[in-house]
Amino acid sequence: MIELRDVHKRFGKQVVLNGVDFEVREGETVALMGPSGTGKSVLLKTIIGLIKPDQGTIIVDGKDVVHLKRAQLAELRSQIGYVFQNGALFDSMNVFENVRLGITDEDKYRDLDYCRDRIAECIRLVNLPADTIDKYPAQLSGGMRKRVGIARAIAGTPKYLLYDEPTSGLDPVNADIIDGLVERLDNELGVTSVMVTHDVRGAFRVADRLALLSEGKIVMQGTPQEFHDSPNAKVREFLERDFDNPSFAA
Amino acid sequence: MEGEDKAPMAASTTYDIRQLVGRWVLEGASQVGRLTYFVIDTIRGLVEVRIWLPRMMEEAWNIGAGSLFIVLLISAFAGAVTALQTGYQFTGSIPYYVVGTLVVSSIILELGPVLTALILAGRIGARYAAELGTMRVTEQIDALESLGRSPSSHLVIPRVLAGLIMIPALTVLANLSGIVSGWISVKAVLPVTDADFIYGAQYYWRPWDAYYSVIKAFFFAGSITVISCYMGFNTQQGAEGVGKSTTTAVVTSSVLILVLDTVLTRLLLNQ
Repeated sequence: MIELRDVHKRFGKQVVLNGVDFEVREGETVALMGPSGTGKSVLLKTIIGLIKPDQGTIIVDGKDVVHLKRAQLAELRSQIGYVFQNGALFDSMNVFENVRLGITDEDKYRDLDYCRDRIAECIRLVNLPADTIDKYPAQLSGGMRKRVGIARAIAGTPKYLLYDEPTSGLDPVNADIIDGLVERLDNELGVTSVMVTHDVRGAFRVADRLALLSEGKIVMQGTPQEFHDSPNAKVREFLERDFDNPSFAA
Repeated sequence: MEGEDKAPMAASTTYDIRQLVGRWVLEGASQVGRLTYFVIDTIRGLVEVRIWLPRMMEEAWNIGAGSLFIVLLISAFAGAVTALQTGYQFTGSIPYYVVGTLVVSSIILELGPVLTALILAGRIGARYAAELGTMRVTEQIDALESLGRSPSSHLVIPRVLAGLIMIPALTVLANLSGIVSGWISVKAVLPVTDADFIYGAQYYWRPWDAYYSVIKAFFFAGSITVISCYMGFNTQQGAEGVGKSTTTAVVTSSVLILVLDTVLTRLLLNQ
């Protein structure tokens, strides 16, 4: 379970998170939506301890992330797979080595036979051709890089998956492929997921519940149907563009 | 009226200067704090030998093989110019063997370590800052942390230790190259025999000079690698930030090399 209580974060004079309360239950997929620049990625990074909040409590898997010691935080992170917006692949390493770094159990990481099998499995799960493992990030398309990023995130068999805008910058066809992949992985692996996105269509397709972040606060959390029926002005404003789109209705 | 206008302007200027100085002091203190934390974090990562050792070997090879030619070339020219200028200045006034003394002392005590460090501040320092800066802005360092892995043992320690080993080694080779080149050059323009040169080189020779040269190179290596990695690690704001941290890394480590040169000379030679 992931639980955020009264989380505040500011960078200089800019208030990014202003008392966020947010909850993700065991096994569910929550899409965190909001316009660009509202602090969705910052919120996601506070969950994994990459950004320390100025105030508030963040509980992941029963542990208070803010007060964990270095070794404890590393231990917790080994149970969380984080998919970065642009893949964040190590460009000096090929796909095999990139995905291998995701195997967080040190003994398994040293076992080359295990690594070969696990990496091949992860590459298959994200629908990439087997020969991708020898390629370098510079030789991959944007969509392939995102999928390698997902393969790396799941390589360590995490309990939690955090996706930071997995479909941003992709054309609709590739965005649909990634959404389908996220949906399938969440079902097959049974992980607890948070997906940051401003793609309403993708969020409605993938998530069990949705949350809307605006002006540093969670404006609403609920099921896709509750969002659809919500009279809340901010929710309506955010959704309207996509609801009006015929492809969304379909 | 004019006097009345000038008074608030002067007060405002004083206030601005005080604000500016205050901001510099705060920024300086914050940088020192962050650098100290960075160094402590790096030292903590030393326990993960299995992680940093193979990467350090690779990095050491990159530094050594990649920098050898330019280091030998520049120190050879420095040795040649030192020998030729010594010949020009002292011909007829002092014995020729003194050229050997001056070339060897100048190269080992000063030119070898300082020139090598300045070249490598540009070559290795810029590379480290740009590499780590790019990794920071493309979230590769965050990715490493998110995987529960220590960026210090994966990225910083291999680079710092490789520099601490290879820069003194390159300095020793630069010293040899400068001396040999000086020896050859001076023989070409002055009637100095090999025996004269060797006699001069040995006359004022103290083994401590060689240790001093390597000790200086070791400190210079520390300043180049730590400053560059620190600057790269703290890069902000995309491509512009990478350029800024690369320039700052090279300038800061070059200035630090010259400051350390003075301090170490005072501490180790003028006792």
